[in-house]
Formats: sequence, C-alpha cells, structure tokens
Amino acid sequence: MARINLEHIRHAYGMRPTSPHDYALREVNHEWNDGGAYALLGPSGCGKTTLLNIISGLVRPSEGRILFNGQDVTQLSTEERNIAQVFQFPVVYDTMTVYDNLAFPLRNRHVPEDQVDKRVREILGMLELTDRAQKKARGLTADLKQKISLGRGLVRADVNAILFDEPLTVIDPHMKWVLRSQLKSLHRQSAFTMVYVTHDQTEALTFADKVVVMYDGQIVQIGTPAELFEKPKHTFVGYFIGSPGMNVFPVKVDGSQAHVGGMHIDLGYAPKIKDGQKAELGIRPEFMEISRTGFPLSIRKVEDIGRLKIVRADFAGQAVSIVVKEEAEIPADPHVVFRPEGVNIYADSWRVGREA
Amino acid sequence: MLELIDITKVSGAQTHIHPTNLVLERGSLNVLLGPTLSGKTTLLRLMAGLEKPTTGEVRFDGKNVAGVSVQNRNVAMVYQQFINYPSMTVYDNIASPLKVAGEKRDVIDREVKKVAELMRLTPFLQRLPLSLSGGQQQRTALARAIVKKAGLVLLDEPLANLDYKLREEMREELPKIFAASGSIFVYATTEPSEALLLGGNTATLHEGRVSQFGKTISVYRHPHDLITASTFADPPLNTVAAIKRGEQFALVDWDSGAEGQQPARTLPVPRQLAGIADGPVTLAIQPHHLSLSAPFAGAPHLAVTTQISEIAGSESFIHVRHGKSRWVMLSHGVRDLDPSLDIDVFVDTRHLMAFGEDGRSLASRASATTRQDG
Repeated sequence: MARINLEHIRHAYGMRPTSPHDYALREVNHEWNDGGAYALLGPSGCGKTTLLNIISGLVRPSEGRILFNGQDVTQLSTEERNIAQVFQFPVVYDTMTVYDNLAFPLRNRHVPEDQVDKRVREILGMLELTDRAQKKARGLTADLKQKISLGRGLVRADVNAILFDEPLTVIDPHMKWVLRSQLKSLHRQSAFTMVYVTHDQTEALTFADKVVVMYDGQIVQIGTPAELFEKPKHTFVGYFIGSPGMNVFPVKVDGSQAHVGGMHIDLGYAPKIKDGQKAELGIRPEFMEISRTGFPLSIRKVEDIGRLKIVRADFAGQAVSIVVKEEAEIPADPHVVFRPEGVNIYADSWRVGREA
Repeated sequence: MLELIDITKVSGAQTHIHPTNLVLERGSLNVLLGPTLSGKTTLLRLMAGLEKPTTGEVRFDGKNVAGVSVQNRNVAMVYQQFINYPSMTVYDNIASPLKVAGEKRDVIDREVKKVAELMRLTPFLQRLPLSLSGGQQQRTALARAIVKKAGLVLLDEPLANLDYKLREEMREELPKIFAASGSIFVYATTEPSEALLLGGNTATLHEGRVSQFGKTISVYRHPHDLITASTFADPPLNTVAAIKRGEQFALVDWDSGAEGQQPARTLPVPRQLAGIADGPVTLAIQPHHLSLSAPFAGAPHLAVTTQISEIAGSESFIHVRHGKSRWVMLSHGVRDLDPSLDIDVFVDTRHLMAFGEDGRSLASRASATTRQDG
C-alpha cells in the first residue's frame, strides 16, 4: 500500500501547450493518503481519466512528478508501479474456472500455491462466490464476470494501489447495490489505497472517504460527501452533485443581505464581493421549504417521482427546483423559506464563506 | 394505437417473450422497465417489425403489421450507441429521413430547424457528429427519429452511454419533446428512477413477461405482485417472510425457512392489510419507509445489525441485517453508522406491503386508497 503524491502535475496531449486551455489536466498538486478510498468525479472530458492514467503509468505527465511512498515513479511503467486495475468491462478468461481466474494474478507472480489458495478462498468468501469457485467463467452473467474482475483486482495483497475505471457502468441497478456495498466492506477490511473514477455521483459519494470533483481539467473541490453537498466550493460542484442540482441565481449583495427581484435574503454575515465580480446565491432544492409564510412562490409543475416530489417553481423571477417529501402537502398560496445553513454565496463561481 | 395481441417469441427451446398483451395509445409515453435480458429489446424489435412474433399479432391502428416492410411501417428507432452518419453534418443527419421521403427542400429546412431548436442543436447544425459531445450526438440521433414524425418511436436505453448529469437533463427534456410530437413512444430502461422521472406509463418486465402495465406512479405505488414491486425498487426492496396470525405478523427467518421455527419478532397488522387471511405471507417495505426515528406515534421497530453506511449527499443508505435478511434503509441527511452496531429501525407500517405465496399482492385496491389518508 502506498501514499501517493502528485506534484505539480500538468498534462497536454498536444505538443506545445501555450494557454491553460491546451492542458487536458491543468495543475494538480495533491497527496493521497495511504489506505484511503478516493473517487475522481466529473463529466466526460474533465480530465479524470487522464489523471487516473497518470497514476497508473499509462500516460506520462507533460510536467510534474508522481511519488509512491516518497519514491519518484514518474518514469516507471504500470507493472513497475505495482498497481492493480479494474476496468469498465470485465477482463476474465472464459475457459478458466472462477477460482483459476482469481488465482491468475498470483500464479503469474509465482506466489506459492498454498498462499494462492488461502488468498483466493478469502476473496471468494468476501465476494460470495465460494459455491461457484469450480464453475467455468464462460456463461456467467456480465454482473458475475465483473465481480470476478473486481476480485482479480483485489487478490494481490502487495499492490501499491487499486484503480477502478467506471467498474459498475455495465452493471444492472440492483446488482450495483450489492457490488458497491461489497467493495466498501472490502475497503474497510483491507488497507488498500483505492482510486475510483466515475461520472456517477452516487457511486462516487457512497464509495469514497474523499471525493475529488474535476471540471475542465482542474480539481474544483476535494471533500467528504457531506462537505460537497452542504458547502460546494464552486457552482459546478453544486450543479453536478445532487439531483436536481443546486439552484444558482444572480443576486446583489449588500452587507449581510442578498437582493433578488425585490426580495431580501438575510445571510447572517457579510460576504466580501469585489467590484466587477459576479455575485450568485446557491441553495440546494433540499434546503428550500415550501410553507404558508416566507417569500411568495409561483409553482409551475409538481413531479411525483415516488419517494420524493420535485416542485418546479419561480421565485423572484428565477426558475428553481424544490424537493419535498412523498407525503408533503403543498399549500394553495405557496411561499418559500430558505434554510440558512443551505445558503451559499458565490463570487465569480467560487464560494465566499463566512471565514473569507 | 399499437396493439400487441397474445404475442410470444420462442426460438428453439428458449421462450424470450411469454404471451403478452399491450395497448399503447397515440401520444403516449411508455416505459419498458426491467433488468438486462428481461426481454425489453426483443419486445422493441417485435414492435418495430424487425422480428416476427412466434404467435399472436402486432397491430398498428387496427392493421396487422405482419408482412409490411420495415420501410413502410412508420417506425423510428434510437439505440444506446449514438448512431449517426459520420460524414454528414448534423443538419444533413436530421434531414436524411425527410430527403428519403422526398420532401421539398423548404419543408425539410423548416422541419430540421424546428427540431434542432427543440433538441438545442441549432448552434451545431454545420458540425460533424463526431466533433460533438456524447449528449449532442445522441440528441442528433433523437432529432432524426423525431423529424420523421413516425407513428411509433422506439428508444432502447438511449441515455445509457451518457454522463449521469446529462442523463438527468435529457430526462427532464424528453417528456416535453415527446408530448409535443404526438407519436407513440416506447422507452426501454433498466433504471427505476428513470421510469419515475419520465412518468407516462410503465410496463415492468421480468424474464420475458410483462408483470404489470399502467400509469408509472401507480405501478410504483400499487404493485400487483412481488416481482413488479422488486423490479420497481431502487434501492432494492426489503422483504421478509412472515406468518399472519390475527392482529400480528410473526416474522420468520427468511433464509432458513425452517417450518415451525419459533418466530422471534412481530409487526402489528396495519389497516391496509387488515382484511387478509391468516397464514404465510411475504412482507415488503421500501427503503425510505424504514427510519431511525419514529414516523408516527407508536410506530413499531425491529432490532437490526448495521453493516455499511453509504452517504450520498442529501441522504444516506444504511445496509443492515435482520436475521438473515439484508435490508437497506434510506435516511435523510448524513448518517455514518459504524458496522456491527445493534440498532432499532422503525417500520412505517402504513406503507407495508404483503404478498401471498403465489407472489400476488394481498392489499385490495380499496385498502390501497385508505393507505393514503391512513
């Protein structure tokens, strides 16, 4: 297992980058703790796969160094870095049994057979595949094959890190629940450093201790799931995490009040907005409460999505979404209250906190 | 109107579609919801006329479509992979079905621009598809399906290859686009949340059978059988075997299933299930109807052991064991419970479902109504 340091990593696929936009990955400077579970989350083209490939050694960064436990591995190949990888599509040998598939990475490295057996049995147990150990992989469902791929990623005890590249994309929703919670248990039981790339917020938030949100070639926030939800540092994080995403609208900040469409929202502190900066207020749909008092609200549509309702409404001329519980009643003359802990102010898309 | 009348699809020893009857109205959005290999794609192909049913008939506006060539069937199809003509501009891609139909140039231009506006593709009309993002490429494929004004538009997991957030935006837009077009839409997906966001009607599919068909929200709220309830649950439905005796459900350890085993725990029979006969049942409850605090005064609780907590921002999924059953509880806010804790979870019995040994729901329609005010 290893602590991984990314030192001033930048990467451009073109030859002569001149502006920051030529970089697929702008500046990344970060330490990944030994034994931590991290997720790289962001939309297509945000640079998350580039970053993963730099860690695994598939891509050499244009600039910067990568260290494992303090040792520079920037020029080392994937094999030399001693890393296990799990990909989007299952990588299994159809003609081998489930057992032999799991044993393969160990036998390949000439691990003594008694140790192979011990480790494979452990993994079979954790993944609940013991009763299928002697079945050929051919003919297994995609879910089970991907489970074997996960097992192969986890079977070696001596790897520096395990990297997962969207491993649950091809899995049916119900099996995702099972595999996700098993992966999480496995992380608790082992001390592996795990890095998990995904565009799916639920996978990222539920898997990781720390989620790294990437946007346009840069890391916009690293935080716990709760931090990303409650205090998004950038409006992109507010938008990308949460369904629906955070409501963001332009405001005029005056002391400790935000003004929008004739309404005044008390902030409880005076955020510092510089002249010429774009001021916005962000509030998640979960922190707006429909009630009989508060600001007037005009409701356009209520979508019943089962356990929740999404209310699409206009507040002070701004389109907003509000989430209410299944049983909630919506008053005939609706108003809205902003829960103060959910109100965030942004200057040029970056959060201006109380502390700033 | 599209009618499937007693259709089946058998190849060799394998039955892909068991006898199926469905009536889809003009202007409706219909979701086929089920896991991989449940028969969604086969059903779509039968509707499209790409495959012939082994028995039964597919009728469009009362006419049997057997023998009508695919070109003359007035069907458009959109697949999971983004399929466009790579060497044509977005404009020409969208225009292609109209050109094939021999439409006049000014008509084509008007229609392409209208659909492009609807699909937010106007700025990209002169670009080649491969220079666009996945979402824009799939919108181009959708635009081509819509511009054709086909009576029947079939979509086979059209958003599966898109980023999560893009899917969310498309799901919001699609029902509006569908409503504006007047065609029959059939939309296959594996994701319950997608069906709920799209609305319309849903047919739940399981192993080649349609288990239930109706308004999406009412299939979700009032499943007729356990298969439908499970197919429509995400997180997965929590179930436990029980024996009803008078006013009580005695819970039985699900995995062991041992006859005559002493049931350790009970739940009171709620109002909506009061009329059912004594005997063995399967109880089911959705994850968000389990909670750490009482949902109403006197709500019953059960002792469980925690396994894993997953935090998803606004809510947490807490995996617990009850006897040998594994349950998921969906809790509001951030709840990070350590594994192996013994805790009590409250059961909102107002939403408790019960199914008989044949898997059929034991709640009558009348009691389903009282559940809402109960």
